Parts: sequence; structure tokens; C-alpha cells
Amino acid sequence: MSILAAIGAATLAFLASIGRIAIFAGQTVSHLIRPPFYFKEFGQQLLQIGYFSLPVVGLTTIFTGGALALQIYAGGARFNAEAVVPQIVAIGIVRELGPVLVGLMIAARVTSSIAAEIATMKVTEQIDALVTLSTHPMKYLTVPRVLAALLVVPLLTGIGDIIGIFGGFLVATKTLGFNEAAYLQNTADFLQSTDILSSLAKGAVFGTIAALMGCYYGMNSGRGAQGVGGATKASVQAAAILILAANFILTGVFFSA
Amino acid sequence: MIRLTDVKKSFSSNHVLRGINLHVPKGESMVVIGGSGTGKSILIKSVLGLVTPDAGEILVDGKDATKGDRDAFLARFGMLFQGGALFDSLPVWQNVAFRLMRGSLKRPKDEAREIAIEKLRRVGLKPDVADRYPAELSGGMQKRVGLARAIAAEPEIIFFDEPTTGLDPIMSGVINDLIREIVVEMGATTMTITHDMSSVRTIADKVAMLHDGVIQWTGPVAEMDASGDPYLTQFVSGSAKGPIEAVR
Repeated sequence: MSILAAIGAATLAFLASIGRIAIFAGQTVSHLIRPPFYFKEFGQQLLQIGYFSLPVVGLTTIFTGGALALQIYAGGARFNAEAVVPQIVAIGIVRELGPVLVGLMIAARVTSSIAAEIATMKVTEQIDALVTLSTHPMKYLTVPRVLAALLVVPLLTGIGDIIGIFGGFLVATKTLGFNEAAYLQNTADFLQSTDILSSLAKGAVFGTIAALMGCYYGMNSGRGAQGVGGATKASVQAAAILILAANFILTGVFFSA
Repeated sequence: MIRLTDVKKSFSSNHVLRGINLHVPKGESMVVIGGSGTGKSILIKSVLGLVTPDAGEILVDGKDATKGDRDAFLARFGMLFQGGALFDSLPVWQNVAFRLMRGSLKRPKDEAREIAIEKLRRVGLKPDVADRYPAELSGGMQKRVGLARAIAAEPEIIFFDEPTTGLDPIMSGVINDLIREIVVEMGATTMTITHDMSSVRTIADKVAMLHDGVIQWTGPVAEMDASGDPYLTQFVSGSAKGPIEAVR
């Protein structure tokens, strides 16, 4: 096969997978708005995706906020701008690092778990069993997960933003000599409502992507243990890449001009 | 009751079903036998709509199985899957009562649990199993739970996919006897997929031999041993010599 043919085949395969994912997303929306609704499953997913992700989100953002404060202080010292630590930590965490890190952590923790669970259900015929029991797998498995992620990841992002800023605050006030009240005042004065809204909106989009990728790759997994492993790996890769791509687009939408 | 006419199904170049013609009258226990990979499971999944045939017609009570209200259609069926296919995240009683807790057959939770425990008892499991999770059960117990789930809503039609696979001969005998008892008791129409000849002799009213994508022979179980069909004779005797290739 010539190089051009290989590139063409790869491009077609890539476009076909985008098409399949778009159809899957469309089907999810279609089932989201039509009964029956499985409230118990939705509640369980709120807990799984939201509450149980709090530790990993908190730890990730607090360390990142702390490291960011150190970097900005050291970098700012090169041109006598050490005082901008509170403002840059706040803007860096709220606009970018908070939502992106939460999104990636959700991709690592939740997407992988959803894909592995659904793929295992598929290879053990549990998905077929659902159908024979008059229960649509999209309604019972996909909709509660995607809806829960859509609603709870913005909340996690907000919490992650606060913890990230707190990490910077701790480092700045305990090791870099910043005044506590002045640090908080600078942070509050500098942040705008657009920064916070963009952060929450990014969280909603990233959460939806993470859950959707887990469900899509789980539902379309191959056979056996290798199929489950492959689905899990592919789902996390796709979710991470799509989250970063969506972040670029959303940043452009919110902050270009 | 169930009639398949010239049903075909291929996966790429693999022509699994090449034109299946089969009739299962109401109240009859039909057992479909055949080697591994001959498309037995695809056959019953086609009836249930889990697999879409490429060609042919599947009628249930004279109505096209692929059209009409899917929920109402599936509510008439019970299915025991080869590996049990129990939901790991739910306790046993919720697995059994799954259909009774959702959709058109929904009952109050207490009533659903009561029915589940009754069905568990019917398949020889004690009520204390109800609150355990599938992963805590042995293979034989999981099969029984799967059987209890298949009969929980008292369906008119029950499919059994390899009901004794992975079980020891004694447990296989117990499951075969249970299936036969339940089928007679409920008067259900059943299709069983198996390559276990002891299951065939216990469960079947009629037998259909599937090979090379078509039904090679069909007839009453009593006529199976003297059928004269070379495919069936080889399969029943378990001989490596005959029209069925031993290495496939």
C-alpha cells in the first residue's frame, strides 16, 4: 500500500470513528429526554463520579496551586513582579488548570472505570440480558452516567478551583511571606465572573466528554479480557485528547477578542 | 408459535446462518444441537432481536418479531444465558426481580422481593442467598439464579443458552431436571441451545441439528438415535469420523 493510500485509509477510519461517536452522543441525548428514567442509577452515579472523586481532585489541585505559586514567585522575581502571585495563581487555576486537571483526573478515574465496567458487562452478556429484560442499555447505563458527569463535574471543578487557590495561598503565606488578608483580597479583586463561569462551563463539557467516552468504548468493546483492556485504554486516550482539544476551543470562545 | 423461514446471517465472509427453517409449536420444548461455533446462539439471539438477520423471516404467533412494540414482545420471553449474565452490582434478589421492578411489569418492592425469593426456592436455593451478590455464588448457584430470573415474570417463551456449560455432571443433571420440571409446570414454549446430549435427552420434546448454517435434521427426541442422518448420528455418538469435520 502506498503512503498516500495509508494516509487516506487512516483519515477515513478517523472520520468514521468521529461519526460513530457523534451518533452515539445523539442517541444519548435522545434517550436523555425520553422516559423511562432510572433515578436510582443516576443517584449512584452522582456518588461514584462526584463524591468519590473528591479526594483525587482535592490532592491534584492543592499540589498544583502550591507549585504554581512557587513558579510564579520565582519567575516573577526575574523582573521584580513577585507580588502578582495571588492574581496569577487565581487566574491560572480558575481559567485553565482547575478545569483541565479535574477533567483529566475524571478521565483517568471515571472514564476508565465506566469503560471497564460496561465492557465487562458486554463480554459477559449482561448488556444482552438487559435487552431481554426490556431495559434499554443506553437508558440504564449511558444516560445516568453522562447526566451525572454533566452535573457534578462543574461542581468538582469549582471545588478544585477553591482548593487550588488555597494551595497557592498556603505556599505564598507560609513560605513566601505574603500577608494572608492581602492575598485573599487580591485574589477576590482580580477574579471576574467570566473566569468562574468559563471554569464551570469547561467542567460541564469535560465531564460529559469523560462519561461519554467511557460509555462509548465500553459498549463497543471487543471480546474477552483483551477487549476490555483495549476499550479502557482507548476510552481514556480519547477522553484526554478531546478534553484538551475542547479546552483550547472553549478558551478561544471565552477569552479571544 | 415460533417460525423461522430462510433466516440468514453473516459476519463479513463468515456465513453463520445460511437459511434456517424451523418451527417450534406452542408448549413444545425444542432443543437445537450442533458443534461449537455453528451459530446456535446467533439463532436464538436473532429471534430476540439481539442480532439482526441479513435475510429471512422470524414470526412469533404469526407476527414479525422485528416489528411492533419491543417491550411487549420481550416481556413474553425469559432467557437463561450461557454464563448466567447476572448483574454484578445487584444482589441476587434484585437480579431475579429485575423485570418486576421496572417497566410494564413493575410491582411494589416488597412484592417483587417476595416473588424473587419464591422463584429462588423453586430452583432449590435458600432465601438467605437473596441478599448475596452474584460473585459470592458458585457456578451452579449462578445458573440457578439465572434460571430463577428467566422464569420470574412467568414468560410464555423461555430460551436456554448452554444451560449446563461449565457444570459438573451432577449439577448438570440437577439443572436439566429443573428445566424440564419448570417447562412442564409452566407450559412454556422453550428453545434450548446445547451440545450436551444428557441435556437433550432430559429437556427435549423435539431436536433440531444445526450444522453448516442450516438445520440438517429435525424430529422427536425419541427418533434421534435411529434417525439415519449422518450428521446427527456422528454428533450423538461423538465420533471423529463422519461428515462433520473434527477440526474446524
